[in-house]
Amino acid sequence: MSLDLSVLAGEAVYLVAFGLLALGIFALIAHGNLMKKVIGLTIFQTAVILFFVATSAKWQATLPIVPEAGAAGPAAGYMNPLPHALMLTAIVVMVATLGVALALLVRLHRRYGSFEEDDLLDRVE
Amino acid sequence: MIRHHLPALLVVVPLGTGLALPLLATLSSRLAWPATVAAGAITAALAVAGVFQVLAGGPVHYAVGGWPPPWGIELVLDPLSAFVAAVVAAVSTCSLAYAGGLDDPALRGRLGGGPALCLLLLAAMMGIVVTGDLFNLFVFLEVAALATYALIGAGGGRALLASFRYVILGSLGASFYLLGVGLLYALTGTLNMADLAARLPAAEASRLVPVAVGLIVMGLGIKMGVAPLHGWLPDAYTYAPPAVVALLAPVATKVAAYALARILFSVLGVSFVLDASVLGGALAWLGAGSILVGGIMALRQDDLRRLLAYSSVSQMGYIVLGIGLATANSLAGAYLHILNHALMKGCLFFVAGAAAQRLGGTALADLRRMHRLMPVTTACLVVAALSMVGIPPAGGFFSKWYLLLGAVESGHWVFAGVILAGGLLAVVYMFRVLEHVCLEPRAADDHGGGHARVGRKDASPAVLLPLVVLAVGIVAAGIFNASIVNGLLRLAASVGVG
Repeated sequence: MSLDLSVLAGEAVYLVAFGLLALGIFALIAHGNLMKKVIGLTIFQTAVILFFVATSAKWQATLPIVPEAGAAGPAAGYMNPLPHALMLTAIVVMVATLGVALALLVRLHRRYGSFEEDDLLDRVE
Repeated sequence: MIRHHLPALLVVVPLGTGLALPLLATLSSRLAWPATVAAGAITAALAVAGVFQVLAGGPVHYAVGGWPPPWGIELVLDPLSAFVAAVVAAVSTCSLAYAGGLDDPALRGRLGGGPALCLLLLAAMMGIVVTGDLFNLFVFLEVAALATYALIGAGGGRALLASFRYVILGSLGASFYLLGVGLLYALTGTLNMADLAARLPAAEASRLVPVAVGLIVMGLGIKMGVAPLHGWLPDAYTYAPPAVVALLAPVATKVAAYALARILFSVLGVSFVLDASVLGGALAWLGAGSILVGGIMALRQDDLRRLLAYSSVSQMGYIVLGIGLATANSLAGAYLHILNHALMKGCLFFVAGAAAQRLGGTALADLRRMHRLMPVTTACLVVAALSMVGIPPAGGFFSKWYLLLGAVESGHWVFAGVILAGGLLAVVYMFRVLEHVCLEPRAADDHGGGHARVGRKDASPAVLLPLVVLAVGIVAAGIFNASIVNGLLRLAASVGVG
């Protein structure tokens, strides 16, 4: 029995992506713990990546690799490779952002001993 | 040869120097700042050459890596991008010279990390200005933001928390922008701005276009620091090392404003902004709100740097208001205000940094008798304050004049009132600063040695030179405003019309 994957080329993926966007924003707003804010931000950014990659999906299309010159079929038979390439760059950017955010958190924690925004605001004075 | 590669060189020169700087600093750490300033000066010279080239021979297009657009990334110098590039590069060069002169301990890393990050920021800002590709713009926005996070965090202590807050809000803004770009890409299948402008009319009936534009405006609004999206800005400008704020405050937010104008007018077109959507009105109200909120908050501050930060929120409002009104005069005013505000806010933050170093703080109470202690610095402060208030011949008067013309011409009397009210708020908060600087005697002196001899302790020549250059620039921008507007900004403001 083969799994029905046509859902991946449909609109359900977008619902998941926008659900994750909302979840990420909720975590950013609702949590006073800075580490949880970083996690919320990561969820939000990952949802954007999911959204982009979902736009490239086509039902019953294949990888955009042409085995030999001149053998390419119609464009409708291939997935769009560009969103994937864009998201590779975006992932690099997001990893860098995450690294900077964590580095700042490490320095904050060493100096003030907390990740809670309220504690930090008290101790920083 | 250089002519042909000019748009790319604007990015490559600061980026290459920035990457080579740690190597250079291992040879001699004294070379780091001079090399940084030299790279900035070369970039500025190239950018100014770019302005004249655009005026003489029309826009310059450059296909990165030889891949023709719309497949490859395109860099474009047209009247608007050439103007903003020249402003950003020239003012940043002054900021870099000032940062080198101030020799902030926070940026004195062993491997030249501070100056290297400053150059990375400059390279990314030039990239934002010259790129003709929406995704490339996102990458440069994030490179600029990453350099900014590290530079703000270099201040330690409260600056770490300010920087963290900016990481969260800045990344959120960039993600909103990216999501908007993703929607536009899904609708049209292109990321090149010129190509997108050609294909968008076919997709404009889609309800997704306003959603995409809204996301882009919100993302760039966070980067611009307009109220109510300015949450990160006051703390960042107050607690970051003074040398860093001197680079950030004049130009970093303007670059995001440029990106907004570029997308609204080159990609969507004036008719979309004004007629096809509520966008123009919404932006104008956003700008007007920012002018008032920033101005009123600036009144309540007792620290010069925090006051200037809220004043930035207020002044960015003028630029957004001009973009939202989208008439020829209001756009000329908004673009001219990019120049004028870069000059005057640079000058004011230079003064704040020098005062922090010599007087031990920037609380308004610390500034008393500054006119005796630091006469040259105070003179520059007065020039910049007059420009902020809008008194000719200082430049600030003229950009607000064009904005006012734009508001009156299009019959928006409310916005005309807001522009004037913002000027009045600036009168109050800037004169409050001048009052502390010039008039009040220091309380300790009254029961001390009476009129004891006041030792001058003005900033060092290396700090004063860029400060005086900007102060002269403020007046020059005012005197030559007609040639700047008629020669260049009328062309820039006609982008996307019709």
